[in-house]
Amino acid sequence: MGISTIWIYGEATNGVVSTTTLELITGARQLADTVEVIVHGDASSLASQLGEYGAASVKSIGDLGESLAGPQVASAIASAVSEGNGPEAVLCATTYDGRDVAGRLSAKLDVPVITNVVELKVEGDRLLGVEPVFGGTTNVTTGFTGSGTAIFLVRPKSFEAESSGGSAANVDAIQAGDTGNTNTSVVKDRFVEETTGPKLDEAAIVVSGGRGLGEPDKYEMIESLAKLLKAAPGASRAVVDSGWVPYSYQVGQTGKVVKPTVYLACGISGATQHLVGMKGSANIIAINKDEEAPIFGVADLGIVGDVHKVLPELISALESRG
Amino acid sequence: MNIVVCVKQIPDPADPGALDPETKTLKRDVKLILDESDSYGVEMALQLVDEAGSGEVRLVSMAPNNEMSGLRTALAMGAASAVLVSDDALAGSDALSTAKVLAAAINRSEPTLILAATESSDGYTGTVPVQIAEILDLPAVTFAKEISVNGDAVSVKRQTEEGYDEVECPLPCVVSVTAGVVEPRYPSFKGIMAAKNKPVEELDLAALGIEAGTVGWAGARQEITEIAEAPEREAGEIIVDEGDAHERIMAFLDELKVL
Repeated sequence: MGISTIWIYGEATNGVVSTTTLELITGARQLADTVEVIVHGDASSLASQLGEYGAASVKSIGDLGESLAGPQVASAIASAVSEGNGPEAVLCATTYDGRDVAGRLSAKLDVPVITNVVELKVEGDRLLGVEPVFGGTTNVTTGFTGSGTAIFLVRPKSFEAESSGGSAANVDAIQAGDTGNTNTSVVKDRFVEETTGPKLDEAAIVVSGGRGLGEPDKYEMIESLAKLLKAAPGASRAVVDSGWVPYSYQVGQTGKVVKPTVYLACGISGATQHLVGMKGSANIIAINKDEEAPIFGVADLGIVGDVHKVLPELISALESRG
Repeated sequence: MNIVVCVKQIPDPADPGALDPETKTLKRDVKLILDESDSYGVEMALQLVDEAGSGEVRLVSMAPNNEMSGLRTALAMGAASAVLVSDDALAGSDALSTAKVLAAAINRSEPTLILAATESSDGYTGTVPVQIAEILDLPAVTFAKEISVNGDAVSVKRQTEEGYDEVECPLPCVVSVTAGVVEPRYPSFKGIMAAKNKPVEELDLAALGIEAGTVGWAGARQEITEIAEAPEREAGEIIVDEGDAHERIMAFLDELKVL
């Protein structure tokens, strides 16, 4: 009974393991006897971070160079499974590359993916995933009925990353195997969109703006407020789609999941898409003209009012505090 | 340049629907509309064909009961034709079953490029485009925020955690587009009239050569073990701004000691 081995697709940037990966390892080590992480890039430098959070070993594909991650990572896992060396379950985070890996692996193994998971449970000898639906009002728990490797896509911030105090994980090489015609994309260049202040998904305070701001210029109020509060500025999908701010600002289902101490939603109605990304915040303040706006359903302090009046007052009140 | 766009017809999100207590899947016995997320792919495809100066946009969709009202919307935008797969055995299909069906439907023509949304607005699994690519043994670039065609390759700005990557991918390939990649046009009256006569090829599983046992309920290989109400957030205090709202917010933040 129980789960013996879980593999996690580990993501890292510039030699630093992503918080999301550390969250998955922390979650998985409560569920399985052995947690192993498949990585690309400089595995030996990642091994100590991964081990510290509970990874028993690291499977290294090596440097991907200018390739996208999906084809080779999925192929490496699928090869291991077909040789009988695969895990009982594979966890990927709901990130850009995580979805590529899970999707390709699913098609290779002919196994479905359980997606949008926010909680994992063990029942007997299988793993179950809990997925919130209808904007988080209902939780659906799903498990696989077939044999073989189970694949889960887990949303960021589903677990809290906690060190297990483990020592550096062993690194073993793993071969990507035959990727057929799938691995022909080439990354020509990488661009980093500079943001100042704390990162959106790590900030203690997040100030987000939505369509209620009216026009792109008014987003400056969000930036000023964020600066005064040492907060990260965020945005709803509506204003990102309209091109007011880069996609990296987006909070919600398709953007970042945030759980700050305070979330201040300004001119955001609270579509399901947005609520899913922020309703885990410890305290929510919402300002919106429409008293019927769904955002008030999750707000601890709801202000029925005009952001164009409230925000300038709030900004000057904060400025006068120095 | 021939482009296939995968489109989904979904229940109107303004009326979010419910789970069928019997089958534990989303009730789909309501009128379906074109998923707004897909209108970006349709628009992108129309623009790329325009730029190429030749070719056409073909839609591929899977829906119950030969539902095609959403397809008509995309045809009215300017797509030339559509393939609609409908079969009772597809009830209960998950993302992988959907990808198998769409891949088989795509394979009936030889498109240069296959476009899809990054995820649907009702199921939002976000895995179908890359599953289609894997089934068809094609490269894919997901989360595109800009696409241009350069000869026999596409150049894509792909969203990343930090910003974006400039990715070049040889054709044919699958690209999934984010909302906002282009501004979708509204169908014109002329377009809506023309759409009524555009060809929609209706297929079932047998026509695609897919065995009923590999898709739908039979192929799902997963089961829902529990459906529960999520714990509600405690309702907070709602006040109407009388010019003092900023003071209430300051007091709230002071109490939390975050200032």
